[in-house]
Amino acid sequence: MSVDVIKTDAVIIGAGPVGLFAVFELGLLDVKAHVIDILDRPGGQCAELYPEKPIYDIPAVPIVTGQQLTDQLMEQIEPFGAEFHFNERVDTIEKIEGGFRLVTDYGTLFECKVVVIAAGGGSFTPKRPPLPAIEDYEDTSVFYSVRKMDAFRDKDVLIVGGGDSALDWTLNLQPVAKSLTLVHRRSEFRAAPASVQKMMDLVDSGNISFKLGQVTTLHGNDGQLTGVTVKSPDGSTFEQPTEVMLPFFGLTMKLGPVANWGLNLEENLVPVDTEKFETSEKGIFAIGDINTYPGKLKLILSGFHEGALMAQAVHRIVFPDKKLIFQYTTSSSSLQKKLGVK
Amino acid sequence: MTVMEAAVKNSVRGIAAECGGACSCATCHVYVEEAWREAAGEPEAMEEDMLDFAFDVRPESRLSCQIKVTDELDGLMVQIPEKQF
Repeated sequence: MSVDVIKTDAVIIGAGPVGLFAVFELGLLDVKAHVIDILDRPGGQCAELYPEKPIYDIPAVPIVTGQQLTDQLMEQIEPFGAEFHFNERVDTIEKIEGGFRLVTDYGTLFECKVVVIAAGGGSFTPKRPPLPAIEDYEDTSVFYSVRKMDAFRDKDVLIVGGGDSALDWTLNLQPVAKSLTLVHRRSEFRAAPASVQKMMDLVDSGNISFKLGQVTTLHGNDGQLTGVTVKSPDGSTFEQPTEVMLPFFGLTMKLGPVANWGLNLEENLVPVDTEKFETSEKGIFAIGDINTYPGKLKLILSGFHEGALMAQAVHRIVFPDKKLIFQYTTSSSSLQKKLGVK
Repeated sequence: MTVMEAAVKNSVRGIAAECGGACSCATCHVYVEEAWREAAGEPEAMEEDMLDFAFDVRPESRLSCQIKVTDELDGLMVQIPEKQF
């Protein structure tokens, strides 16, 4: 079986503000980039954690929200035509002749000359409820995402949560599951009103059941769930039989596979030099919140600076025979041409 | 100054505050002691929404990034949950 390999100069891991601006700095130096992110859209923490919160410390921009900053960066890097791969996580990085080979959890293969890790606080992963022995049931009875709906066909399914993920999967899995029960701690939902209405209709028609409460204990053996104990708001408890549980409690940041890439780490951060922002592995760079060096500040502005210097070093690797002449976008016609200035 | 900021600044363990106080992660969950519940106030709608992403939520649950420290709260006692997530 032949597998398509995506070949490019640079792979940027993380589409947060620093990863996005790295596209710009690399693009000015003719370095082509692909960007991979675990989330389904660009912006990283800015989009996931505080899309509507104002940021006050971007130079010359007195106030900007996380989403606006993301949108404006996407506009700024548009001329460079970077390709984005969302909903994917880089699992392995392997050294090959002339660069690196990367494989994502989706099986996508990349071959590139340099890797730029701009992974911020790590990858966003679903929160694991702190229920005793929950790890014994993971991937057999407890799932944090749905990759294949068919895995839930003719099963008794329990969904826990009140946000969009909980509601969307309630609606999507109801026709497939043998039975579906939604458990949420209160009768208000933070999900889209239309989804909430559809869910209520399914409850009214007897197609699903909704129960108020919080799961406190899992029951079962050998990884097979038989039921859960639910604590009602009034403090009483009841048993809810189920074969499968899908808890949706939002996302949290975990370092994730970065720890397995053979790089030196210091307290879950990647040490770099402050000239090139290169890691202990030549050709692998780390910029933004994921890196550390004497005096490091976790600021978006610092990550932008790191990206600019990283790009200079990357140019020497990608174009070893070309001399790099430093230019300004205000005056260089060749840079302006790359930016599409008319 | 919020209870979360005061805790983080003074290296109090058990408050993760992953989002840095944007009311968008529910990892600074605390239980306000009964005597202080009125002074600390009730969560607003956005905070109540975000508490859906916390575990073992109780009537005395608050997100500490949303409790502003005032003179009335001098002596405030809060408990932290067994785990933030």
